[in-house]
Amino acid sequence: MLQIVDRRLNGRNKSAVNRERFLRRYKERIREAVKDMIGERSITDMDKGGEVNIPARDVSEPSFRHGRGGDSETVHPGNREFVRGDTIPRPSGGSGGAGRRPGTGDAVDDFVFSLSREEFLNIFFDDLELPRLARSVMGQIEQRKWTRAGFVSTGAPCNLSVVRTLRTALARRIALSGSVAEHSREAQERLEQARLERRPDEELAAIEAEIVILESRRLHVPFLDELDLRYRNVAGVPQPVARAAMFCLMDVSASMDEARKDLAKRFFALLYLFLTRKYERVELIFIRHTDDAEEVDEQTFFHDTRSGGTVVLSALELAHRVVEERFPCAQWNLYFAQASDGDAFGSDAGRSARFLEQNLLPLARHFAYIETSDAGDARASSLWAGYQTVAKAHFAMRRVAQRADIYPVLRELFSRQAA
Amino acid sequence: MSPRMNPISTGSDWSFELLERYEAAIAECAAEFGLDTYANQVEVITSEQMLDAYASTGLPVGYPHWSHGKAFIANERAYRKGWQGLAYEIVINSDPCIAYLMEENSMTMQALVIAHASFGHNSFFKGNYLFRQWTQASGIVDYLVFARNYVMDCEERYGVAAVEEVLDSCHALMDYGVSRYRRAAPLSLAREKARGVERREQARLRYNELWRTLPAAHAAPAASAPEEFPLEPEENILYFVEKYSPKLAPWQREIVRIVRKLAQYFYPQAHTKVMNEGWATFWHYTLINRLHEKGLVTDGFMLEFLQSHTNVVSQHGFDEPGYAGLNPYALGFAMMQDIRRICERPNEEDRRWFPDIAGGDWLLVLDFAMRNFKDESFIAQYLSPRLMRDFHLFAVADHEAKTRLEVDAIHNDEGYARLRSVLAAQYRLDQRLPDVQVASYARDGNRSLLLRHQAQRGRPLIEDEAGEVLKHLARLWGFTVTLQRADADGRVESVQACTM
Repeated sequence: MLQIVDRRLNGRNKSAVNRERFLRRYKERIREAVKDMIGERSITDMDKGGEVNIPARDVSEPSFRHGRGGDSETVHPGNREFVRGDTIPRPSGGSGGAGRRPGTGDAVDDFVFSLSREEFLNIFFDDLELPRLARSVMGQIEQRKWTRAGFVSTGAPCNLSVVRTLRTALARRIALSGSVAEHSREAQERLEQARLERRPDEELAAIEAEIVILESRRLHVPFLDELDLRYRNVAGVPQPVARAAMFCLMDVSASMDEARKDLAKRFFALLYLFLTRKYERVELIFIRHTDDAEEVDEQTFFHDTRSGGTVVLSALELAHRVVEERFPCAQWNLYFAQASDGDAFGSDAGRSARFLEQNLLPLARHFAYIETSDAGDARASSLWAGYQTVAKAHFAMRRVAQRADIYPVLRELFSRQAA
Repeated sequence: MSPRMNPISTGSDWSFELLERYEAAIAECAAEFGLDTYANQVEVITSEQMLDAYASTGLPVGYPHWSHGKAFIANERAYRKGWQGLAYEIVINSDPCIAYLMEENSMTMQALVIAHASFGHNSFFKGNYLFRQWTQASGIVDYLVFARNYVMDCEERYGVAAVEEVLDSCHALMDYGVSRYRRAAPLSLAREKARGVERREQARLRYNELWRTLPAAHAAPAASAPEEFPLEPEENILYFVEKYSPKLAPWQREIVRIVRKLAQYFYPQAHTKVMNEGWATFWHYTLINRLHEKGLVTDGFMLEFLQSHTNVVSQHGFDEPGYAGLNPYALGFAMMQDIRRICERPNEEDRRWFPDIAGGDWLLVLDFAMRNFKDESFIAQYLSPRLMRDFHLFAVADHEAKTRLEVDAIHNDEGYARLRSVLAAQYRLDQRLPDVQVASYARDGNRSLLLRHQAQRGRPLIEDEAGEVLKHLARLWGFTVTLQRADADGRVESVQACTM
């Protein structure tokens, strides 16, 4: 007798737990691999999943096995030319003529598997935290979310809660008519008693009249009263702002060559990825500057060439203006990332630093300054020297000389204990 | 072509109703051949679920462990990249016998799988002596559920990491968690009492007053060397750990037991790969052909069936790309077919080699072979010279003393017997697994455990891997574990230890 069970709908992802166990066990290795992967990637596919290689040796499960050596015979099919006594050179390398399958003896093969986008990002940003995230929860709050908040006695008819109303009505009726009913019962008993004792008719009539009054009072307690009405209440609960604006400021003067722009771009991309994981919505604002600043789109920002002098202050001022016009800081979490080679002339560095400290930093959640310097160039640039006077917890600056530095710098800036 | 065509279905789409009708038709054919099976249960699953099932070694329920995740990841990748197709079916040795069908399969494939798994494998599970001795088809699913729940309970109570440690260590020794011979059942109390009475009666009958007059023997030899334990070497290392480990907590013992039970459950399968697959393949071939004879399936159905069947039983030569050793499906199927041929149309050679079965009733002969053999003995008994010629088998000797490999035997008159015994030995599990046994346990001393590896024909262990396994064993044991290597004469060659 055949029994057919259709299992297609249940238990689709039975191995998810095992997969997760595997990832957890080899987290260190996978993190290494992810770090390497970042170095090779372009920005546009930075947030895709990816293939991870782990040396097979590291994930192997040991058991007692025969090694090479000793005597053995193996049977193979497909003989064409051999006769007994023929000799064959011993094959070199991992798999032997001893019948071990090619490849199985190979210990250097990598164990390769793919990470989903989610897993990739989890590992990538593992133990990174946004600094001063607490403020966005408790600070000035503009957004509210409506939620149920109990019952009130006034409100619109559409919010009437029938069950609550009737419950109150019942309680009121019991409360108001309880004592009257008791008196009425008492009077009844007295009437019975009087009748048994054959009292005069006047007395009986008086008691009867009393009963009539009491009964009518009992009937006068209304079934539903205005007092009983109950309405569902909704109240606005303050919500932390779940959106962020990220300002990318970059120096595009002649001294910023392609390599330096690439470094900056990588930093921006990582920061953007990181922010998108923390906020529902992240707006990007690109501001480039030479001797004056302009707001551009992403394509122009990274790929259009423009040359000229360098006035950093112009970019900061423009950013400030944009914030005031479009991104009031009560409604947006503002992040700034600035990249420059640090060449600033004359008083520009000092004025920029002052402007930054007085005008921009009070608005910002975080301000990161990345200086793309040449490797081995230890001399502090003028802008670096200027910015060094700024001492605020949510202002950070780092120097980056090569691609591989970007990821560590990001980790350093946002590592959890710094929060 | 059958005179009356009355096919069950014509398209390639399947439906639950068609599955039932095909199963009924196949069951009818199977009954004609007298196949004895457990009841059948067919479960339709998706390819994703098939991958899940792969990861838990084909079991319907498995406890969570990272190694299953690893297997899953590897299989999934291979499948997504198109390097590896999925097996058409997985069948579980349970009662009722559960076979998984993939929803992507065509009707032909579903019928093939039903014939292969639900009748071929199913009857093998029910009949073969190893399965009868070592597995309990009716209880396995319940046990798996228990195991899974137990492991997950332990994870909750003692932490995932602690449970994982124990499981890792057990998995390293899983091959050594198998009993090859049944342990004697413990005596019942009544039996024990009866034996005591018998013994005392014996003593009474042989009592002789005379012995009391002898002077007392010298004082008993002072504190002799500590008693040897165990008296006989123990091959089932996990069993020994479970019973005697000085340090394991009760829940850890139970986990060791769970892994050991699973290893034991798989033990017959490892011994009957060729037979099991050969038997199932032979029967799907025979049963589907019978359906065609009856006119129940179309010619198109048969073409698709034959194509899959041929893929399954294809055998690459040793020098062809894709060669991965002898294909158990091919060898097993060929041997089963060959036995049938020897019974139905024996020639002179067959009569010389197989005097007892040549010309016999093939159903009885095959049934006997299925019930009473494992791969090793099956090949030693039934591999015919004709098959050796068909497969062009040859044996290559790899001797350490010689710089070159040597062809030891080929498919000719001088070689047949030798070839057959070499191939049979190749399927002997004990030859593939190094012989490592528990030699002694210093119960009254430092509680260390001594393993002995008896080298077979000078074949060594892979040293660093053995070291890793020792670490795992030491974790389970809690005290020093030593591995001795002994050569063929029993002389100890080297010692490897893991101290705690």
